[in-house]
Amino acid sequence: MSILVNNTTRLVVQGITGGEGTFHTQQMIAYGTKVVAGVTPGKGGMMYGGNEKDIFAHPVPVFNTVTDAVKNEGADTSVIFVPAAFAAEAIMESAEAGIKLIVCITEGIPTRDMVKVREYLKHKNSRLVGPNCPGVISPGYAKVGIMPGFIHTPGNVGVISRSGTLTYEAVWQLTERGIGQSTCIGIGGDPIIGTQFLDAFKLFKEDSDTHAIIMIGEIGGSAEEEAAEYVKNEFNKPVIGFIAGRTAPPGRRMGHAGAIISGGKGTAAEKMEAMRTAGIHVIESPALIGETVQKVLAESPKKKLFVVESKTKKKKEPAKAHIQANLKKIYAAQVTKKVKPKPKPKPKPKKKLTAKTKVKPKKRK
Amino acid sequence: MKIHEYQAKELLKKYDVAIQDGYAINDMSDFDAAISKLQSRGINQFVVKSQIHAGGRGKGKLFNPENREELILEGGVKFTTSVEKAKDLASKMLGNLLVTHQTGSEGKIVKTLFITEGLDYKKELYLGILLDRSVSKNVIMASTEGGVEIEKVAEETPEKILKVWIDPSIGIQSFQARELAFGLGLSGAAFKNFIPFLLKLYKAYEETDASLLEINPLIITNDDRIVALDAKMNFDDNALYRHPEIAAYRDLNEEAPLEIEASKYNLNYIKLDGNVGCMVNGAGLAMATMDIIKLAGGEPANFLDVGGGSSAETVENGFKIILSDPNVKAILVNIFGGIVRCDRVAQGVIEASKKINVAIPVVVRLEGTNAKEAAELLDKSGLNFLVAKSLKEAAEKVTLTIH
Repeated sequence: MSILVNNTTRLVVQGITGGEGTFHTQQMIAYGTKVVAGVTPGKGGMMYGGNEKDIFAHPVPVFNTVTDAVKNEGADTSVIFVPAAFAAEAIMESAEAGIKLIVCITEGIPTRDMVKVREYLKHKNSRLVGPNCPGVISPGYAKVGIMPGFIHTPGNVGVISRSGTLTYEAVWQLTERGIGQSTCIGIGGDPIIGTQFLDAFKLFKEDSDTHAIIMIGEIGGSAEEEAAEYVKNEFNKPVIGFIAGRTAPPGRRMGHAGAIISGGKGTAAEKMEAMRTAGIHVIESPALIGETVQKVLAESPKKKLFVVESKTKKKKEPAKAHIQANLKKIYAAQVTKKVKPKPKPKPKPKKKLTAKTKVKPKKRK
Repeated sequence: MKIHEYQAKELLKKYDVAIQDGYAINDMSDFDAAISKLQSRGINQFVVKSQIHAGGRGKGKLFNPENREELILEGGVKFTTSVEKAKDLASKMLGNLLVTHQTGSEGKIVKTLFITEGLDYKKELYLGILLDRSVSKNVIMASTEGGVEIEKVAEETPEKILKVWIDPSIGIQSFQARELAFGLGLSGAAFKNFIPFLLKLYKAYEETDASLLEINPLIITNDDRIVALDAKMNFDDNALYRHPEIAAYRDLNEEAPLEIEASKYNLNYIKLDGNVGCMVNGAGLAMATMDIIKLAGGEPANFLDVGGGSSAETVENGFKIILSDPNVKAILVNIFGGIVRCDRVAQGVIEASKKINVAIPVVVRLEGTNAKEAAELLDKSGLNFLVAKSLKEAAEKVTLTIH
């Protein structure tokens, strides 16, 4: 149905009371994500309903630690909005608390800290996505991250990308053509990230609702080459790929900490070559992503598969309807927000949290 | 962030790493003092070393900055036993333009010299420490092929590069240092000296949040000491906040003036040689926009990521920076409005264009939330924007304007 996140995801937001944390929590709740808890050390015990700018559709209980959020609310996924100097620790706290999926949005975490985090995670049962990424979205089910929800539409194309806005561009080109997405993962632009292209491909391989993959890479490192090797040998769905940075000068960091050609390695040309060799449909121009996917899907020998699997589409209909209703709500909220914020979700100040008073997550309709 | 050789050695010295030592000077009036300090240590052979942030200094050439045709000296690093000769060499390097294979033809002005002791050695080796991204661990590379470009060695004789990976949970171990020492064919006193040298060097790399530490060449002196003859260090920009003393090493002379200016506005800007300026939100999309300019037959003049906000002020600063580059003949603004609404961005573009009176064609492509309203705003603004609907159309329009 999708990978990593779906309608059973129970999300805890680390750094929920900060500016970014508040804004995106409001957006995630509006999209339909089950945000069951927030964590801000020292603010545990309060019910947080947003600030004057961004008001949540329902208040969220805040805890001092991720462990408390797991114990009290059954959180299984976390999203991190804490500043770079504390983010590595926040990842480890989540892992220690038994969170299954940790999505770290924070940009600018020192590499040395991430080397340790990666090593630490080897001994835990958690998957990390990011850092320095837009997050993960399974359209129609859940959005865990900062991507604009409305550009997505439910469907059968998986998207894996190191970039933020370039991913939005690609997704938009798909949505405009009526091609929906199963799950879109922003894996992040740092030299050390938790989930690589290769890992994402392995997850998508097992997902019967993903019929094709778009991978959007960029210069630096060799993750695209490693993924291409896997695609060549073990991946049986069509893959469309683009690499950003063909015109990037060597030795310069192109915005992302990991986007650098060093020692002549990590060029776009190398990556494209490896991908072509693996049978990936490599796109030269970022303007042609949607068009190419459409073509590849039409020509795909797995066309039959689409028809067979379209049975599952029925199950998806409610999700689509739900998301459309939600989008309407978002737009309505955007228009009316300034005039009269909904009175309902006002934060209940400093309410002591016990097992009995805990807020049940809203049921989706 | 990059630093100079003399700064890297200053740092390494704090970690008790054996280095070829000396004194940095910015002016010829300090030359005599530097030499007499060396002489007072019993040193009577010297090396004059140009300090720029680029490799290949030894094989580089110095030109007169006023007249780039006039060759002044071959070699930006010179050994001599004569004080007079050293002074002459220093005066020919300082203030002149050093062109190496890494600087490109424009070269770099030498503003600092490192006057060091000259050492007699019997062997040159290579040592490098950096992050191996594919395994998320630091790797130490060593080679008997010192003093040459390591990329060349990696290309032609990869078996001559030895590697050990450092386990982040336990750090570097002596057996790993021994493994490299044996691999390099060291024995006797040189072997014994190599082990503590490498352990200290790794400590320096780790504790300073370096992203690269390269000693090329690492030498075995005639009396079997292990000494860093050169030192190159780069640092993780994200970690500079915890190393103010390293951040202070930043040399603005080594950076493009426009890039310094852009960093004051918190803009991520990299100058290139083309004629089409571009302003984009997000690094990946910015790279993709540069690529599409090239595909459409233009040449990108810059990389510019204005970030998520794209307010009128950001756009205005972006325009200012792009327009400061005289090569720019047209500008492509490419913003994907997700959470930021396109009509807001359009408003910013209009205000900024009015304020700074942009005289060259501006192609604007806004996509995402409220893109339609944004296009209407741009059309009605009375300003001469070329509005593009798709990425492809944007690149074609901008290329048409320059041909």
